[in-house]
Amino acid sequence: MLTFTLKRLVSGVILLVVVATATFFLAHAAIPDPTLGLLGSAATPEAQQALAAKIGTDRPVIVQFGDWIAGLFRGDLGDSWKNFQPVGAQIALKLPVTLSVVTAAVLLSAVLGGLLGVLAGLRPGTWIDKLVKAGAVILFALPGFWVALLLVMTFAVQLKWFPAVGYVQPQESVGGWLQSITLPAISLALGAVVMIAEQLRNAIIRADGLDYMRTLRSRGLPQWRIVVHLLRNSAPPSLTILALMFVGLLSGAIIVEQIFALPGIGPLTQASSQNGDIPMLLGITVVTVVFVVIINFLLDILLGWINPKARVK
Amino acid sequence: MTSPLTENIDTRAGRRGSVFVRLLKRPAGAISFGILVLIVLVAVFAPLLAPYDPNFVDLSITRALPSPEHLLGGDTTGRDVLSRLIWGTQITLWGALVAIVTSLVIGVPSGLAAGYFGGATDRIGTWISDAVQSVPGMIILLIVGANTGNDFNLLMVTVGVFMAPGYFRLTRATVLAVRNEAYVDAAKVSGLSHARIMGRHVIRPVVAPIVIQSALTAGMAMGMQAGLQFLGIGGGTTPGWGAAMNEGFRVMRTDPLLLLWPSLALGISIAALAVLGSTLADVVSVTAPLPSRKARRARRAAERAAASGEPLAVTASTGAVAHAAADSAVQIENLRVRYETADGEVEVVHGITLDVAPGEVLGIVGESGSGKSQTVFSVLDLLPKTGSYTADAIWIGGEDVTSLGRRDRARLLGREIGYVPQEPMTNLDPSFTIGHQLIEPLRAVHGMSRADAKARALAMLERVGIADPPRVMRAYPHELSGGMAQRVLIAGAIAAKPSVLVADEPTTALDVTVQAEVLELLRELQQEYRMALVIVTHNFGVVADICDRVVVMRHGSIVEIGEVAQLFSTPEEPYTRELIAASLDGAESRAELDRAFALTGSTAQDADAQEAAAPAATDASTEADRKEVRA
Repeated sequence: MLTFTLKRLVSGVILLVVVATATFFLAHAAIPDPTLGLLGSAATPEAQQALAAKIGTDRPVIVQFGDWIAGLFRGDLGDSWKNFQPVGAQIALKLPVTLSVVTAAVLLSAVLGGLLGVLAGLRPGTWIDKLVKAGAVILFALPGFWVALLLVMTFAVQLKWFPAVGYVQPQESVGGWLQSITLPAISLALGAVVMIAEQLRNAIIRADGLDYMRTLRSRGLPQWRIVVHLLRNSAPPSLTILALMFVGLLSGAIIVEQIFALPGIGPLTQASSQNGDIPMLLGITVVTVVFVVIINFLLDILLGWINPKARVK
Repeated sequence: MTSPLTENIDTRAGRRGSVFVRLLKRPAGAISFGILVLIVLVAVFAPLLAPYDPNFVDLSITRALPSPEHLLGGDTTGRDVLSRLIWGTQITLWGALVAIVTSLVIGVPSGLAAGYFGGATDRIGTWISDAVQSVPGMIILLIVGANTGNDFNLLMVTVGVFMAPGYFRLTRATVLAVRNEAYVDAAKVSGLSHARIMGRHVIRPVVAPIVIQSALTAGMAMGMQAGLQFLGIGGGTTPGWGAAMNEGFRVMRTDPLLLLWPSLALGISIAALAVLGSTLADVVSVTAPLPSRKARRARRAAERAAASGEPLAVTASTGAVAHAAADSAVQIENLRVRYETADGEVEVVHGITLDVAPGEVLGIVGESGSGKSQTVFSVLDLLPKTGSYTADAIWIGGEDVTSLGRRDRARLLGREIGYVPQEPMTNLDPSFTIGHQLIEPLRAVHGMSRADAKARALAMLERVGIADPPRVMRAYPHELSGGMAQRVLIAGAIAAKPSVLVADEPTTALDVTVQAEVLELLRELQQEYRMALVIVTHNFGVVADICDRVVVMRHGSIVEIGEVAQLFSTPEEPYTRELIAASLDGAESRAELDRAFALTGSTAQDADAQEAAAPAATDASTEADRKEVRA
C-alpha cells in the first residue's frame, strides 16, 4: 500500500510538472507582451516598461520559468500581474464555488446514473433501458452550456422555480446555496448521468451472465442482495469514466458559471485570460491538475477496495 | 496464406456499400443523415441562400419579430437573424472540420503506432494521452483564444488537440485487438514493411470505429466552438451560433426568440451527428455488444443439431419415471428448453422426462452439447436470460413447482435445492471474501444471527475438508486453489441442508487427484444428509462410482435411462455402448472423451470436438469457451 501510494504520488508530481511546464511556455508564446493587456488603454511605452520591470517580464522567459517552477515546489504560485495579490489566495476564494457545483454534478451523476444504469441493466429492452440508450446518444453530445441555457429559460425565466443567477454561500443559507447550485449542477451532470448509466447498464448485463451470479442466485439470496453483488462487480468502468469526466466537468463549469453568474473559477479564468494575467492562469491550471491527480488517486484506492485482485497487484 | 487476405478485403469492400444502404433504411439513420446533408448544403450555398448580408445593420429591424421580409426577425443591433444563422452554419462546419482533421492527424497515427509496436511506444503514447486528458481544455483554450487575436482556426486546432486522445485510445484498442490476427501475421511472414502492414491491413478494421467516433467528435467540437464564442472568444465579426446564443442570452427576458434560434440550430446539428454516429455503430455493430455467451451457445447448439441432420423439435418426449411424483425428490415431465437467438428460437432440450427419489443418486451423462446442464438449470429455474423452458410438470419435494410464481419458486433455492457448479474458479464472487459468501445466505435466507452463521460456516468448511477454516473465511476466491474453491462451493450448497443437491460436472475442472476426493466427499455428504443427488457428468467412471441410476442424453433428448449396473452390463443403445467404451478407455477429461468420439467418427464431428480437444487448461477464458460449447 505504501509503495502504491508513493508510486502514484511520484507519477502525479511528474504529470503536474509536465503540464505546468507546457502551459507556462504555451502561455508565454500566446501572450508575448502581457503588459499590453494588463494596462489596457493606459498602455504607454513608459508604463509598459515600468510594469514589465515590476512583474519581471523584462527578463528572459527561461529565467522567469526557473523562478516560477521553484516557487511551485515551495507551494507558492506567485502574485497576480493584475492586482499584485497572491494567486493562491485568490484562487482559494473562488474555488469553493466551482467545487460545490462540480461536486454536486459528480454526486448527481453517480446517484442518478447509477440508479438508471441498474434499472436498465437488470431489465434490458424495457422503456427505461431505451430511455438510457437514447439519452446517452443525444444528451452526451450536447454541451453543458446549451443545457444550461435551456434550463435557465425553462425553470428560472419561465417557471421561476430557481434563481436565474447568483450564488449564495452555504454559511449564509444552506437552502439558498443548494438552490443556487442546483441548475448549474444539473446542466453539467446531464451528459455524465446518461454516460454513467449506459456504462453501468452494459457492465451489469455482462456481470449478470457470469457463473458466480447464477451460483449466488442458487443460494436463494433476495434480489437486492444480488444487486449488491452485481453492482460491486460492475462499478469499476463507470467509476473510471466518472473520474475522467471530472476534468470535463471543470471545463464545462467555466462556461456554465458565466450563465448562472457564479463567482467561481470560470469568470476568474476568463478575466485573467483577457488581461493576460499569466501567473493567475498558470495557478488555475496547476490547481485543477492537482485536483485531477487527487481524484485519480482516490479512484485507484476505490477500485482496489472493490476488486481485491487489483489490491494485491 | 493469400486467400484469407483477399477474402478479407473482398467482403469488406462489398459490405461498405451495403452499410450505407442499411443506414438509410433505418428511420433514425435516414433522418439524421438527411439533416446533415441539409446542413452541409446550407453551409456550402450560404452566399446564395442568405437573404441579406449577415453584418448589414438596418436599425429599423432591431429586435424585430419574425416578418415576411425577415423570416426570423432582427437581432439587437438590427441584423437579419436568418442570414446570420445561415452564415453561422458555414463557420460551425468549418470549425468542426478543422478540429476533426487535427484530432485525426494526431490521434490515429499515434494510436496505430502504440497498438502495433506496443512496448515503450505504447507506454509513452498512453501517458501523453492520459496527461492531455487530465488538463481542463477550456482553460488552455481561453489562454490561446484571448491573446492570439481570436484566431479561429488556431482555436479549433487546439480543440482538436484536446480531442485527439479519443482517437488515440480507440485506434490503439482496435489495433491491439487485430494485431495478432492471422492475416496480420501472414503479412509479417511475407516480409511486408511495418508501414505497409499498418497502412494496408491494420488500418482497415479501424476505419469504421473512426468514422463513428468522428460523428461524435464533430458534435462535441461544435459544442466547444459555440461555447468559446459564447464566452466571446474566437468570434470576431463572424456570425457564429455561439455568439448569437450569447446575444440572445443577454436579452432572454425580453426577446427569448433570439436565444431560441441559434440554440435550435446548434442542438439539432449536434443531435443529428450523435444519432447518425450511434445508428452507424448499430449498423456495422462496432459498439453493439456481441451476442451474449448464452445466445452464441444456443446458436451453436442449433447449428449442431442442424448439422447432425436431426429435426429441431422432436414431438415425442423421451425418458421415463421410476417413482410416483409425490414420492420423488425431483420429477421432470416433458421438459423443453429454448433459447432466443438472432436467428429465432432454438430448442436445445426436446421434451425429456426423468425423476430421482429421496436419497437416490441420479447421473445425467452425455457429451458436450447434449443438454445436460440446461436440464439442471431448468430445475433450478436459473436459465440464462435468453433461455426459457416449458414442462408438463416439475415436481420438487412432492409439489409441482411450475404453477408457482417467480418469488415462491425462488424460495426453493437455498432451502430445498442446493447447487454445485462445474468451474469452481468462476463461481465465487471475486469481490467478496469466502466468509462473506458463506455467511450471507445463512443470515439472509435462514435468518441466523451473525455468530451462528459464522459458526455454521466454519463447521461446514471443516466438514468439507478445508484444513484451516478461519484463514479460508478471510481469503478471497483468487487466493484459493481449484480444489479448495470447489469444497467451499460444496459447503455453500449443503449449508442449508437441502433435500436435493444438483451438481453440474462437479469434478471436471479439477486436477485428477482432487477429482476422486471431491467425488468421495459428495458421496459421503449425500449419505450423511440423505439428500437426493443429481450429478451431471460426461464420465462413466463417475457414474460407476457414485450413481444408482443413470440417464444418457444426446442432442437434447434422452437416449437411455436405467439402473447403473444394468446399463453397464447390457446397454441397449449403441450410443451408450460407445460412451462407456470411451470412458473405460481411460479417457479422463471430457476433452479426451470428445476426441475419442471424433476419432471413431461416431458423433461429435463438429467444431466442439476440436475446441474441446484443446489442452484442458484451467485458464478462465479457455474455460469459458469450453463451457460455451456445452449446452
